[in-house]
Parts: sequence; structure tokens; C-alpha cells
Amino acid sequence: MAAEQAKVDPMYQFTIEPLAGSGGWELAGYNIAFTNSALWMLITTVVLFLFVLGGMRRELVPGRWQMMVESFTGFIDNMLEANIGKAGRKYVPYVFSLFMFILFANLLGLLPLGVIGLHPFTFTSHFTVTGVLAIISFSIVLIVGFWRHGLHFFSLFVPHGTPLPMIPVIAPIEFISFMVRPFSLGLRLFVAMMAGHVLLEVLSSFVIDGTNAGAGFGLLVGLPSFLLMIGICALELLVAGIQAYVFALLTSLYINDAENLH
Amino acid sequence: MPQIAQLADTWSSQVFWLLVFFGITFFVIGKGMVPKVMDTVAQRDGQIAADLAAAKAARDAADEQEEAWRVKENENRAAAQAIVAKAKDEAAAKSEKKLKAAQTRIDKKLTDAEVRIAEARTAALAEVEAVASEAAQDIVKTLAGVKVTKPVATAAVKEQMAHG
Repeated sequence: MAAEQAKVDPMYQFTIEPLAGSGGWELAGYNIAFTNSALWMLITTVVLFLFVLGGMRRELVPGRWQMMVESFTGFIDNMLEANIGKAGRKYVPYVFSLFMFILFANLLGLLPLGVIGLHPFTFTSHFTVTGVLAIISFSIVLIVGFWRHGLHFFSLFVPHGTPLPMIPVIAPIEFISFMVRPFSLGLRLFVAMMAGHVLLEVLSSFVIDGTNAGAGFGLLVGLPSFLLMIGICALELLVAGIQAYVFALLTSLYINDAENLH
Repeated sequence: MPQIAQLADTWSSQVFWLLVFFGITFFVIGKGMVPKVMDTVAQRDGQIAADLAAAKAARDAADEQEEAWRVKENENRAAAQAIVAKAKDEAAAKSEKKLKAAQTRIDKKLTDAEVRIAEARTAALAEVEAVASEAAQDIVKTLAGVKVTKPVATAAVKEQMAHG
């Protein structure tokens, strides 16, 4: 047994596979195969729907579930009001959807379903997904900005109190930092989720390979790695929440720029 | 890295399904359910604020009524004390009058009685004199054989009686 090499490829978990022969589905010439990624988007949507549905009892004295849902909406509402002001309330549906969708995707991707033979898939570890979410947020910023302020929105690139001779220098820098936003927004989430999952996978390969190599290696390498994995799992739960929060927070800050300029 | 290796094959499916499911999330959950949840919270906050306001109003009203009751109570007490004082004064005046009347009656009775006593004494004395003078006349006539006239006897008796 010890001679057999365990094959743990830390990147394999991100592989996208079409499910149930849907590989050939096409829409207007583009492939729209229903993949494991799409399946987990569906699961996320359904779980989120059920979660919010449980908070729809509309009782005057809320139960635990309703309280939980209400504290999430209240959390997003407070965040938007703190960052944008009264005008921020109209963005609650979008930012709430964004935050909860990412949060549930991250958490569901961490479920230990491998124990019963299923493979959770964290679609937020794909920059195609986080990129689209970032582009949606950025588009909202642009649309709101030009809708509310017209061409005056370009004054965003000239911070208050900039001396006149400095404007030619400052404005391009501000413009670049503005244009980088969607990339930083999308890449941050993608990198954080992928790194965590890769780390867990690498550590698990240490546990498996170390144990297969004998009791000595198992104790020396496998056990510490296993203990570390437990800690990192807790850390990943934290990261799942923090990354969703950061995505929602940065989106609301960017929307604030569009709503109120500087 | 499958994210890059499979990019050409999978990006369209990823984008499509993300738009589908995030769209569902946004329109059904974000637009449809979240406002209702927040509405419930707002309703509850409103209800709590209204209840607190109602409770405060009720307390103020109760305070007001208590104050009114206190004022009225004080008035009633003062009125009652006035009635008691008046009744006391009246009773005192009445009894004083009665006492005075009784005193007058008693004084009158006393005076009458004294007058009657004085009269009785005078009458008794006169009778005693008359008897004494008759007795003296009789005694003198019997013993000395001298006939004493009544005025003389009376004068002698008077003299003797005056001496005791």
C-alpha cells in the first residue's frame, strides 16, 4: 500500500465539467453547458432563497430565523446608509443579493461533502464569475455616476483642493486607479477563495502522503498538517465572510463615489 | 490552473449561468423578498415607537388626572375643615347662650329665694316680738301686778332683743 502514490492535484478541484451530457448546449453559438459550477450557482440560489423565505413570516415578534434574516438586511442597510447616506437605501436589493450570493457560495464551497463522496465547487474561485460580478458593480457605478452628474462625473478624477498645475498629473493617476477597481474587486475574491482551497488541498495531500509513507512520517508530517488544516478551515470560514463583506463594502464605497462624487 | 486552461471552453457557460442565477437572486430575492423583510422591520420599529408614544401619553394623562385629583382633594379637605369649624363655632355660641340663660334663671331664683327668706325672717321676728311683748306684759302683770302698756312692753323687748 505504501508504495502506491496518492495523486492529489490541488488544482483539480477547480476543474469545470459539463453535467449530464449538457456539454453541447449552445445559445447563439456560445457554449452554455450546465456545469458543476452552474449547479453550485443553482444550489446557492436555492439555499439563499430558502434562507430568506424563512425570514418572510413577517411576525411582529420575530423568531430566530426571521431575526437572522432581518439582521442580514439590517446589516446591509446600515452599511449602505453609513457609506452613502439616505440615498443608499435604494441599493439594498443589489448589495444584499451580491453579499449573500458570494457569502453563500463561499460557505457552500467549504462544506465537507467530500466525506460522503460529493464534490463541492466554489464558483467564486473562478475569475470568470468574480469578474462578471465586479463588472456589474462597476457598471452600476458608471451608470449611476453619469445618470446623476452627467459629464460632471469626470470631476471624480480631480480631488478637492488639487492645485491647478497638478491636475494633468493627478487626473491620469486617479483615472487609472478608478479603472483598476473592477479588476481589484474581482481578483481579490477569486484569489482569496482559490488560495484557501489550494492550501487546504495541499495540506490534505501532506496528510495522505505522509500517512502512506509510514507511521513515522504520519506522526511527523501528517498529524501537524491535519491540525493545521482544522485551524485553516476555521480561518477559511472567516475569509468566506470577510471576502463577501469586502466585496459588498467596496461596491457600496464605489457607489458612494457615483452618488456623491468627492 | 483550470481557470485559465479551460477559459476558452467555459467562459460563456460561466457568464451565462452566473447571469441567470445571480439575476434570479437579484430579482426574486433582492427585489422581491428583501423589501418585504425590511418593511417588516420598519413596521415593527414604527409599532414600537407608536407604543412608546402611547404609553408616554397615557402616563402624562394619568399624571395630569392625579394632579387634578390632588387639587380637588385639597379643596374638599379645606371645605370640610371650614364646615367643621363653622359647626364648632355655632355649637359653642349656642351652648354659651344656653348657659347664660340658665345662669340668669338661677340668679333670678336665688334672688327670689333670698327675698322670700328675708321676708320670712322679718315676719318671724315681728311675730317673736309680738309674742315676746305679750309674754312680757303677761309676766309683768302676773309678777308685779303692774299693767304695762303694749308699746312700753314692745320697746323693752326690742331693747332686750337688740342686746341679745
